[in-house]
Amino acid sequence: MEQHLRSDHHGLERPAPDLHELERGKPRLGKRLAPYGLIGPGGLWLAIFFLIPMVAMFLLSLETPVPSQGFKDLGYRFTWHLGEYATALSMFHTQFIRSLVYAAIVTGLTLIVGYPVAYWIAFKGGRHKTTFLFLLLLPFFVSFVIRSLAWQFILSDGGIVLTALERIHVLPQGFHILSTPTAVIAGIAYNSLPFMVLPLYVSLEKIDRSLIEAAGDLYSTPRDVIRKVILPLSVPGIFAGFLLTFIPAVGDYVNNDILGGTNTTMIGNVIQRAFLNDQNYPLASALSFILMLVLLVGIILYARVLGTRQIEEYL
Amino acid sequence: MERTPDAALIRGLTQRRISRRDALRYAGIGAGAIGLAALLDACGVGSSSAAGSASAAAFDWSQQTLHHQLNFANWPYYIDTSHGTHPTLDTFTQQTGIQVNYKPVINDNQGFYAKIKPELEEGKPTGWDIIVITNGAQLSELIDNQWLIPLDLSKLPNFTKYASDSIQSPSYDPGNKYSVVWQSGFTGLAYSPKATEALGREPDSVDDLWDPSLAGHVGMMSDNTELGSIGLLKLGIEPSTSTPADWTKAAQALQQQKDAGIPRGYFDQGYINQLEDDNTWLTQAWSGDVFLANQTGYPELKFIVPKEGVMFWHDNMLIPVGAANPLDALTYMNYAYDPHVAALMANYIWYVTPVPSAKPIVASLPGGKPVADSPLVFPDQAMIDQTHTYYVYTGTEDLDQWNNTFDPIITG
Repeated sequence: MEQHLRSDHHGLERPAPDLHELERGKPRLGKRLAPYGLIGPGGLWLAIFFLIPMVAMFLLSLETPVPSQGFKDLGYRFTWHLGEYATALSMFHTQFIRSLVYAAIVTGLTLIVGYPVAYWIAFKGGRHKTTFLFLLLLPFFVSFVIRSLAWQFILSDGGIVLTALERIHVLPQGFHILSTPTAVIAGIAYNSLPFMVLPLYVSLEKIDRSLIEAAGDLYSTPRDVIRKVILPLSVPGIFAGFLLTFIPAVGDYVNNDILGGTNTTMIGNVIQRAFLNDQNYPLASALSFILMLVLLVGIILYARVLGTRQIEEYL
Repeated sequence: MERTPDAALIRGLTQRRISRRDALRYAGIGAGAIGLAALLDACGVGSSSAAGSASAAAFDWSQQTLHHQLNFANWPYYIDTSHGTHPTLDTFTQQTGIQVNYKPVINDNQGFYAKIKPELEEGKPTGWDIIVITNGAQLSELIDNQWLIPLDLSKLPNFTKYASDSIQSPSYDPGNKYSVVWQSGFTGLAYSPKATEALGREPDSVDDLWDPSLAGHVGMMSDNTELGSIGLLKLGIEPSTSTPADWTKAAQALQQQKDAGIPRGYFDQGYINQLEDDNTWLTQAWSGDVFLANQTGYPELKFIVPKEGVMFWHDNMLIPVGAANPLDALTYMNYAYDPHVAALMANYIWYVTPVPSAKPIVASLPGGKPVADSPLVFPDQAMIDQTHTYYVYTGTEDLDQWNNTFDPIITG
């Protein structure tokens, strides 16, 4: 364990081997326990705020309501009832798939829009870098619900944008953007852009400029510099940006609520409705659990492909 | 006009801020009992729910005193408002010395009920002394679980004297054991001139919600009771006596409407903004909202009673079990049935007031004449004859079946 931890932190200076330790062949007890002590606070945090709720949610998904007369609430009973998982998948697989597709498009969009922004700030920002980053974050000082509602107002059928564009015949009569998948995807992309740009910026900013000079000295074209030097070195940033964008996007329900229509319901909306409207706690838990499982497996696979070596520095 | 986001978005507001003592208690729970059982219990999924019933049954009004404090949860735009204050509440405070903490936090019945249910299950106070819930599944659940304090009608002389016959001893709460009506209203249709333009005539029927010339501009409600009921009306089925087989037929009609791309979406209270913004041209609507929209910059919008009729609902004032100030709540309920107070509120809210004798008073108020003459505020028999009542769920199984029939349309 200790060996493992040490070798992972090659950024840090390795401590010189303790001669006494080598002589005795075995490290002191305190030293052996230190790593466990160090992961203690973080581990406790994860246990309280992730592990226990997860287990509670899983157990809840296996409960069934106690049958009763009328509306008398007799609570739930633990029955190892797996039926909610079958219901969740058979009734709501469309929304699962839709959410994953929307989130993938959102991540792609934010990457395409965000990469040049991050690149420009990191390489051409000069001494105003902080100002540019601040400007990027400025809209986010306003609550995202308010911002999405503002979009609903701006893009409404009788609103300033659509009526003006219809009048000059850029758009056909009766065109609308709200209540479409485009509106929902654009809304999520808009809300998650900074979460893509910031990790990208960090990874690009860290690139050693002498590597780029060296590439130039070796007759690399500007295009090759980007393709062979900058892009590979910014992969950890892309990975971090992906995680920070994709995961919240899959579970998003606000944008669909405000900007969506009849066939844009995401899995977050389904879970919200099951929990808060129908109070079907077992079904809602089963849905949440499936969503977490899908994301977890997907991300582990993704991490295996891209490698996680320095990811934690960017998250 | 202020836009109302989904209830869940502002769910942090639906509960009164916890007091310092509560905070300490919760901190104690957090530190002492991180065990799984405690967590499950905190989530409100514990198996026991008997705690609430004991206190409801044993409630003794003679032991109650005024605390000069009242926490009142209501729906938005549902009380007279002038320059940010509520004149009838101010008068109430002057007359009785009771300070009212009035919060328009209820955006839908289901969402609000889901927020207070965990506290009720554990026999803890919800933080509210009066809540306003529509007759329907949530009200039945509150009554069946004995999560409401039984009212002492002898302390509500104004109610016995002035309440409309139609709301005394309603079928959902015989003898007004737990509830008195706050306001009633109709669910009909509302439209903008664009609908008339597209149809080539004024809309007059529920069938118009299925008209292809309005495709993409029809607003339906996300409340599945409203949605299912209008589906039944479209097929000419009386909702109150409908059967599960009828529900399936109604759901098919609604699904076909959706597949044809006619609804713009399924909306909560925000449906009125969709109509105001021209996103929808014809929509399911609650009567009073349209009049309020008329007053606030959208005079072109109209509310109509389609030839199939409208749904007639009642919003009820209730005192949840564990309320800190029940006598103050009862005092307010009595105050709300004073004809002068009812008149001032009716003149602002434009829903059906439970006090018919407020009519001449409303007529005498500045600008009150059209309100007093409106059958949507003071319904006459002809209006009442055009109303339908909701299907009354017999229990959770029944409700689940309704939910499972109509929810797939909304969340599809």
